[in-house]
Amino acid sequence: MMGPELERLVMLLAKLPGFGPRSARRAALSLLQKREVLMRPLADALLAAAEAIRPCSVCGNLDTTDPCGLCADARRDRATICVVETVGDLWALERAHAHKGLYHVLGGTLSALAGQRPEDLSVEPLLRRAASGEVREVILATSATVDGQTTAHYLAGRLRDTGVAVTRLAHGVPVGGELGYLDDGTLTAALASRRPA
Amino acid sequence: MPPEPHIEAMTDLPPLALTRLTLSRFRSYPALDLATDAPVVVLAGENGAGKTNLLEAISLLVPGRGLRGARIGELGHRAAGESAGGLWAVAGRFVTPLGPLTLGTGVEDAAATRRTFRLDGAPPRAQADIAARAAAVWLTPQMDRLFQDGASARRRFLDRLVWALEPSHAREVAAYDTAMAERNRLLADGRADPAWLDALEDQMAQHGVAVAAARRMLLARLNAALAGGIAGAFPAAVATLDCSVDASLAEVPALAAEDRFRAALAAGRGLDASSGGARLGPHRADLVLTHAPKGLAAALCSTGEQKALLVGIVLAHAALITASRGAAPLLLLDEVAAHLDNARREALFAALPGLGAQVFLTGTEAEIFAPLSPAALLLTVRPGEAVARGAGARFGAAQRRVSGV
Ligand SMILES: [Zn+2]
Repeated sequence: MMGPELERLVMLLAKLPGFGPRSARRAALSLLQKREVLMRPLADALLAAAEAIRPCSVCGNLDTTDPCGLCADARRDRATICVVETVGDLWALERAHAHKGLYHVLGGTLSALAGQRPEDLSVEPLLRRAASGEVREVILATSATVDGQTTAHYLAGRLRDTGVAVTRLAHGVPVGGELGYLDDGTLTAALASRRPA
Repeated sequence: MPPEPHIEAMTDLPPLALTRLTLSRFRSYPALDLATDAPVVVLAGENGAGKTNLLEAISLLVPGRGLRGARIGELGHRAAGESAGGLWAVAGRFVTPLGPLTLGTGVEDAAATRRTFRLDGAPPRAQADIAARAAAVWLTPQMDRLFQDGASARRRFLDRLVWALEPSHAREVAAYDTAMAERNRLLADGRADPAWLDALEDQMAQHGVAVAAARRMLLARLNAALAGGIAGAFPAAVATLDCSVDASLAEVPALAAEDRFRAALAAGRGLDASSGGARLGPHRADLVLTHAPKGLAAALCSTGEQKALLVGIVLAHAALITASRGAAPLLLLDEVAAHLDNARREALFAALPGLGAQVFLTGTEAEIFAPLSPAALLLTVRPGEAVARGAGARFGAAQRRVSGV
């Protein structure tokens, strides 16, 4: 009953986070019913984003320029780098206006069980940035999960030789709490009361 | 029609009580709606009638895997010829010190891998929100094997006791297990990065000491309660842990115990790699129970003495929960009379009213529970149904407790 074009659309939509086959069918139907006001503009926006947006070669943020807008912003404190797991975490901290310095996106957490090793994360680039002489403090803002805390401990060990101050988010972030789920106030408080790692 | 008897006000219900239980496609019950508004509810029926299924349904109204430790796929009702159960639901209406409460649980989606909860109709923010409002402890015939089974069964038993008082304990155990599984994998890979192992052992030390300390605290309180005679005529057990981290906590503060455990893990990497996992830690702990009056290891006691020790522990545990929350947990006693002699059975029945807990008891012979009759609601369980005994039954006087009885 579904043509191959529609089937492919549903199949692709179903790969989006939070989507399953049922919600994908609903989204496809909604797009088709709003062909001119939603579907075509969305297709154009997807194409434009796919063409223009790239990971920043310095921090890993996603932007149309490289270095990204944050790295290029002269008003930001270049002596402080906040290390986050994902671009989503970076966005959460930016939404909360919790951090005035620069960022570094790791691209995940260490997990032997999931096959994520140090070489799969942006660890070496972080060590190079930390050793550049411009940086005084690295804030480890990984989540309060076991993997997040293991990664923070690992990075603190690797950063020790660079001589920069290494801090971690304050307690009060519950075990298993992931950064993206925290409200702005909690994020700001956790960042303000960070402690040496 | 005779006038509807005046149903006694619920003032003599315990502060936390289940007043109504509704099942939908659960185990042997296609559907059931049962009033349970009595301090003592006796479920009598033949073996296989579904008595334990009712206790299990109640046990699932609080987080955890219930009194059978079942997987959710096993819980759905199976009609004749169906190979697997599907969607199911259990709901309970409670009175609590904070007012009325409705709890529901079940599988709402055939693809679900976990059951979901409803607290007053809405999804709870966290399972701890449920654990904070309602609690249940139980004693089942399966637990009679506790003394013969391996250490892992005793550890799970202990962790459930801890968790009922300290809802964060389950998260700490899970975090410790995750860190340990990560370290085991890293050691098995043979490409061990020392900084990575350091980080995982730090997590194991933090969460492992938290787990051991919570167990230690529970056992201290339990032993004190038992030594103080809280279990009445039941023999006091002395419970200790056979665990390296617990031994450290007996000697040094928690932070120093973390340092010790971390150092032991770092020193043991080679041996742990060849033995396939961490040889030391709270995941290897064993609960050691001793029959205090006899000074005899519980494993060497008779079946009847072991049952009596377990009853004592469950009663003491219920008293600890009452002390810390202000309301006693529901007490689910499955076939508890089986291994108890007459004197012990009478002692148990004598102790129950003083606990301030709502008690659910199962048995094949209703008559055994006659001493409880003034407070008891007797329900006869037959396959797929449970009905209150009508007036004239020899147990109690009427279907409901009636004013003046
Ligand atoms: Zn950047």
